[in-house]
Order: sequence, then structure tokens, then C-alpha cells
Amino acid sequence: MLFDILLTASFWAAAVRIASPLIFATMGELICERAGVLNLGIEGIMVIGAFSGWMAVYLGMGLWGGVAVAMLAGMLFGLLHAMLTVPFGLSQHVVGLGVTLLATSTSYFVYRLILPEVTSPPKITPFQPLEIPYLVDIPLVGPALFAQTALTYAAFAVVVITAVTLYRTPLGLAIRAAGENPGAVAAQGLSVTGLRMGAVIVGSGLMAVGGAFLTLSAFSSFFFEMVNGRGWICIALVVFGAWRPGKALLGALLFAGFDALQIRLQQTPVGQVVPYQMFLMAPYILSILALILMSRRAQVPAALMQPFNKGER
Amino acid sequence: MTATDHKAQEIVLRLDRITKRFGALTANDAISLTLARGEVIALLGENGAGKTTLMNILFGQYTADEGQVEVFGKPLPPGNPRAALAAGLGMVHQHFTLADNLTVLENIQLGTVPLWRAALGQAKARAKLAQLAADFGLGVDPDARVGSLTVGERQRVEILKALYRDARILILDEPTAVLTPQESDALFDTLRRAVAKGLSIIFISHKLHEVMALSSRVVVLRHGKLVGEVETAGTDRHALAAMMVGAEVTPPAVTPITPGPALLTLREVSTPSIGAAPGLNAVNLALRAGQITGLAGVSGNGQAALSDLISGLISPQSGSLEGVGRMRWSSRAAIAAGIARIPEDRHKTGTIADFSLTENAILETYTQAPYSRWGLMNWHAAEEQTRHLIETYDVRCPGPHGPIRQLSGGNMQKLILGRVLDAAPRIILANQPVRGLDIGAISYVHSQLLAARNAGAAVFLISEDLDEIMALSDVVHVISEGQLSPEFQRGEKTAAELGLWMAGQGFDRAA
Ligand SMILES: Nc1ncnc2c1ncn2[C@@H]1O[C@H](COP(=O)(O)OP(=O)(O)OP(=O)(O)O)[C@@H](O)[C@H]1O
Ligand SMILES: [Mg+2]
Repeated sequence: MLFDILLTASFWAAAVRIASPLIFATMGELICERAGVLNLGIEGIMVIGAFSGWMAVYLGMGLWGGVAVAMLAGMLFGLLHAMLTVPFGLSQHVVGLGVTLLATSTSYFVYRLILPEVTSPPKITPFQPLEIPYLVDIPLVGPALFAQTALTYAAFAVVVITAVTLYRTPLGLAIRAAGENPGAVAAQGLSVTGLRMGAVIVGSGLMAVGGAFLTLSAFSSFFFEMVNGRGWICIALVVFGAWRPGKALLGALLFAGFDALQIRLQQTPVGQVVPYQMFLMAPYILSILALILMSRRAQVPAALMQPFNKGER
Repeated sequence: MTATDHKAQEIVLRLDRITKRFGALTANDAISLTLARGEVIALLGENGAGKTTLMNILFGQYTADEGQVEVFGKPLPPGNPRAALAAGLGMVHQHFTLADNLTVLENIQLGTVPLWRAALGQAKARAKLAQLAADFGLGVDPDARVGSLTVGERQRVEILKALYRDARILILDEPTAVLTPQESDALFDTLRRAVAKGLSIIFISHKLHEVMALSSRVVVLRHGKLVGEVETAGTDRHALAAMMVGAEVTPPAVTPITPGPALLTLREVSTPSIGAAPGLNAVNLALRAGQITGLAGVSGNGQAALSDLISGLISPQSGSLEGVGRMRWSSRAAIAAGIARIPEDRHKTGTIADFSLTENAILETYTQAPYSRWGLMNWHAAEEQTRHLIETYDVRCPGPHGPIRQLSGGNMQKLILGRVLDAAPRIILANQPVRGLDIGAISYVHSQLLAARNAGAAVFLISEDLDEIMALSDVVHVISEGQLSPEFQRGEKTAAELGLWMAGQGFDRAA
């Protein structure tokens, strides 16, 4: 029965689809944390991304216009987070939760301003699957990886770009160093403030695109509670991935795989006996177990959550 | 060098009436200084004299309140490390500025390639690094994680960082404070090669023999003012010491006394090795009342394990500790047994950087009266005690309230010393107690340790400086690869003989 599920292409396709928003947001969080800033605004930034992207498309912009609007909205809240945590050095926990609350309620508020009377939110035409010729014909892998929407392909591209930037470019080296020892960065004449703010703003933009995936590619509509803790999962995925893009991608796929599996298991004979809440819990429990196993030897960025003030000892 | 070719030489650096104030404190008071090409200036001064502050201004990490800096004839924009680097200044800070989780190559390349460049160009960097390593005798594995390197290797990375950027002026802030004597010799070899290639050097040190060996000119700061400037050839250690503290420094006299009973005994104690650091191998040791027991040895031979064991951070794997009560061995048990610790690394294990002086002063006693009663802190008593320590142990600081990280290294050590000695402990574990201290402070620490010993405390002194060990200790052990030599009485062995033990030689015969 489990085997049957694992051998269907639609299961794998679903896993990759469920993983896509997580991949964007996890990369965004990973970039922030690599620079030394924990961004707990992620949950709210995903909400604002989901909302603003969808609203832009609803108001007549194209789908990619929606993605761009979502990204800009995320970067705006990223800028707020960065201003408060980097130059002002405020508590990253407090600021992050504050940004999450602000971004979430702003989304709901603007939603009601624009659509005061609507009971069921209007639908938009979402991104359609793009089949890649030839590759799609590979059994199992083909339909899973090569019949997705453009936004999913973009998610994988973002992982590659993040990894290459972090490990192969001077900019990435400077970002990582800012998260390891900001004093060393300053001593080389680089601006820790600039690097960290830039990382938080760009990272927040990616988080918002992750949110926009939900409305523009997955559900084609916006409703309250739709992000539903995905942001917090991404924070765990960064730890799971030991702050490495490739491993974090694996984590996102693994979590999404469990999630796709539990939906399908609910429809099997086992699902008739075991309460469905148990199945809903399963991906989280398995993720916690995997987190415990994987993060034992993880290398936390040494200066994560440490504010940096020039000219102080 | 003579005065005539001094003039003939190109002036590479000029400081003009630099003044820097921190609140009410004037850390640098109108300091003017010039440095010529190929010259080595040693900057001397007591702890807190303002040496590090001056160098940080030079490097743009602090901005001077008054005065200006000129490099190769051009004024240096203040408060801008990037400009300082571009002008050819390279700095090795008193505390390393390396990212432990990055590799050597990454640390060196950081900030050397424009940020928007697409690639790091690692192949070229490796080649340049190999060339520098050959030219200056600075071999390190470029792919090693900095966190896995020894202190000496990290120091090399810091210097490589400066040389890699083609620095023409090297500033080294107490580069030898954390090095073994062997590593210091290698460093000096490197610096001599640098001078031969036309670099100029300013180095800060508290060790007068190094100053005499390396520098061509000595500049002395006291309380933020430049109080003396002499050619090294025309002076000697005594004169320099006198110039630094404003009075003659005499080593404290040691009068022999009869030791009391053993307060702490280690019998056949072994501990596992941790990484590259060896554990202890069947160690026997007795710390007696009224006696200073010295531990000589090249660092990294088990001193850390022995000191961790005595301070309760690790427990013996086999063998036993006697004289410490029945509590399970832990740092709390060690404190309960009356063991006071002067830790080796005052930043990591000695103090909490963001805590105030007051909080740091009662770090080990905060659960006891009068600092807390019925679970409530009595900050009034704690502050009183801190003021007492500041007064008695001459800690130069703005007061008991500021965070301890603002103190100069030497003054931080004095506060720790006060915390330890003021409680009149039975046993004192002093691990490198004078590292980074000026000579006045060293002689003060030594006299305090002797006073504690005369009052009946058992003092265990760990140091890499054989002169220090031989001057103070009543009995000496040598440690090598986790093995402890037998106990030698004062004067029983010469420095040369102890040196052989330190190299591991006597142990074969003893085994
Ligand atoms: N950022 C700062 N804020 C407040 N006071 C400071 C700061 N930096 C230095 N000071 C003070 O300035 C004085 C000079 O400190 P500095 O570090 O230059 O001394 P130093 O000569 O390098 O001493 P050491 O030999 O112990 O390293 C000290 O009294 C110190 O407490
Ligand atoms: Mg200093």
C-alpha cells in the first residue's frame, strides 16, 4: 500500500509542488541567518507575499507582475526588520515577531479595504504546468520534476544561485563572514551593516515569493490562515539543512514528501481506522525526529543574533 | 641606526597630536610620532596606557577627537579601515579578527576582491599565498578551518592577511602575548624578513627582551601621553621599565618558609585527551599549604587538562583526588573545596563581557551572603565589594557600573585577581596569571601570589615562562605530553635541565 503510493508519479509531483514555497522561504531565511540575522518575520512576510501577489494579479497585472509585487512587498518589510535589528541592534526575536504580526494584519486589513463585501475570495488564473519536452517522459522522475509550473523551476534555480553566491563569490564570502565574525569583516574595511541589511532585504523578498507561490501557483486564491505555520517550518528547515542550501533543499523535499504521503495514506484502509489528525501530525513529528538526528553536528553561524556596533570593544 | 640615516630615510607614517577621549577618560593625549621606512618601533606602556586605542585610530576603527594621521605623505581619512588598508596599513589586532568556521584562504580573501566580482579567483590567491609563505616563513594549510588551528598558526594567518594585501606598514598589537617562546621566535624571524624587504613595523609588547631584540626605537606611553622616545641601542631593560611605570621595578623577594600539609593531592590521575590536546597520564601531584608549586612546560602538553581538572571542569577517568570533600567533582565542588581560579583565557572563561564590573566581581560568590539573602540579590553589598576591589587592586576603570569589556586586558586581569585573592582561598590555581600584563602589574601579581602563599595558601602556578616559574616556585614540576615529572625543589635543577625535561627527555629515564 505504501509501496503503491511511492510508485505513483502523482505522489512525487505533489511532493515537489508542496516543497516549492518552502524552498523559496527557506533560502530566504538561510541568507538572513548566514549574515547573522534571525528573521522571525518570515511567517508574516509569507502572508504579505501571498496576499500582495494575488491582489496584483486580481487587479490586472500579469502573473510575473504579481511575483514582482510580492517580492517588493517582502523587501519592504525586510527593510523594516533590517533597520530595527541591524543599525539599531534591537532584539531579533521581538522585531521578528512584531514584523510577522504587522505584515499579517496589514494583509488582512488591506484585503478588507479592497474587498469589503466579499465572502468567498475571488479566484485568479494561476501559473500552469510547463512540460519540458523529452525530460517529462522519464518514468516517475519526469512527471514529478518536469511537469511543474514556472515558479517551481524558479525555486530550484534559487537554490543553485544561493549556493553559488554563498560559496563561490566574494559577496557570499563577505555575507558568511558577517555571520561568523562581524569584527573580522569590519577589520577588512567592509560594512557589516550594509551586508546584513542587504541579506535581510533580499532574503525577505524570497520569503514573500514563497508566500506568493501559494496564491499564484497552488491555490489560485487568498484566504486567511493560508500560510499556516509554513514560515516556522522553514526556520526549522534551515537548522535541519545545517545552514547549507543543498541540505536545506533536501529537508524541504523530505518534509513535503511526508506531507504528500499523509494525505494519500488517509484514503487507504488504515485511514479508516486511525483518526485523520494523526496523519496531519505525522510530517511534523517526523521532521522533529529528523531535526534531532541531523542537527547534532550542525555549524551554527557563530555570530547569529549578535548585533554589531562599530567602535565598541 | 644612526641619526643621520634616520633623516635620510623616507617617513612612511606620521601621527600628529592625536587625542581620543572616552567620556571623562583621555585615552590618547596629543600623541605625535613618525615611522621611517624599514624601521621597527616598539610601543611600550602600562595596561590601559592607550596603546591599542592609538593603533585603532591609526587603522580607522576609532575616530580621533583631534589630530591627524599621514601615510606616505597623504592625510588618512579618519574612521575608515578601508582607506587605511588601501594606504598600505596592515594590522594584527590584540584579539584575533578571524572567522573560526571559515577556511584560512577564505579569511585571507575576505574583502580583497570587489564584492560584485563574479568569482573569488581562488587559484591565483593560492599561488600568491604560497609565494608569501615561502618569502616570509609563514606556512599554513590554506584549506584548514581556522577554528582547528593552534594560536601560533592563527597568528600567522593574521600576518598573512596583512601581507596578502601588500601592506607596507605592519601594526602588531601584543602579537606574542599568546604565543609559546618557540612560536615567538618564528614570528620574529618573519618580521625580520619583512623589515629586510622594506616594510615598517610598529609592535606593542610588554616583554622587554623582545623589545630589545627586535626594535630600532622605543616609544613609551603613560596615561595616554607620550612620555619617552629612545633609540633601542642606547638603552636597556631597566631604563625602559623605569620609563614605563615612572619608577624602578624590583622583583618581589621570596623568603623560604616551611610548607604545611598537602591541601589537594592527585593520585595516579588520568584524563582522556580532547582532540589534539593530550590528557593526563597517571599524574601524581601534591599542593601544600604555604607553598607555590610551579608547572613548567610548552603549552599544549596537558596544562589545559590539569587546570580543567583542578577547577572541576572535568573529572578524573581513573585515579583519585584527595582533600576536596565528598561532593561529586564539578566546578561547584571545586569552589566549595576552596579552590580559587585565575583562568587562562580571561575573555572566555574569566569574565562575562557584557556584564558590569560589579556582576563580574561576584560571579563566584553571588549565591552567598552578603551578596544574596533568601534568594534576593543585594546589589548594594556587591557594589561596595567591587569598589573595594577596584581600590585595593588598582583597577583603572570609569567605575563599577560599565561593562567589563571596556577595560584594557591588564585591568580586567586585575579585577579577576582581586576576585580570587580577596576571598582568602585555601588553594589558588593561577593559569598564566600575567599574560598580557605590563611589568609593573606583573610584579604586583607576583607579590600578591607570594603574600597568599605566606598566609598559608597552596598556590599552583602554570606558566610557559620558565623565568617566572623559577623565580616564584618553591617546587617545580614539568609537564610533557600529559606526563608529570617528579617534584624538583627550588634550585635543584638549572633552567637548561628543566628545558630538557620540557622537551620530554627526562621522562624516558624515569619510566
Ligand atoms: N570603547 C571604549 N569605551 C570606553 N573606554 C575605552 C574604550 N576603549 C578603550 N577604553 C579605555 O581606554 C584606556 C586605554 O585602553 P587601551 O586598550 O588603549 O590600553 P592598552 O594600552 O592597549 O592596554 P593593554 O596593555 O592592557 O592592552 C583604558 O582605560 C580603557 O578602559
Ligand atoms: Mg592593548
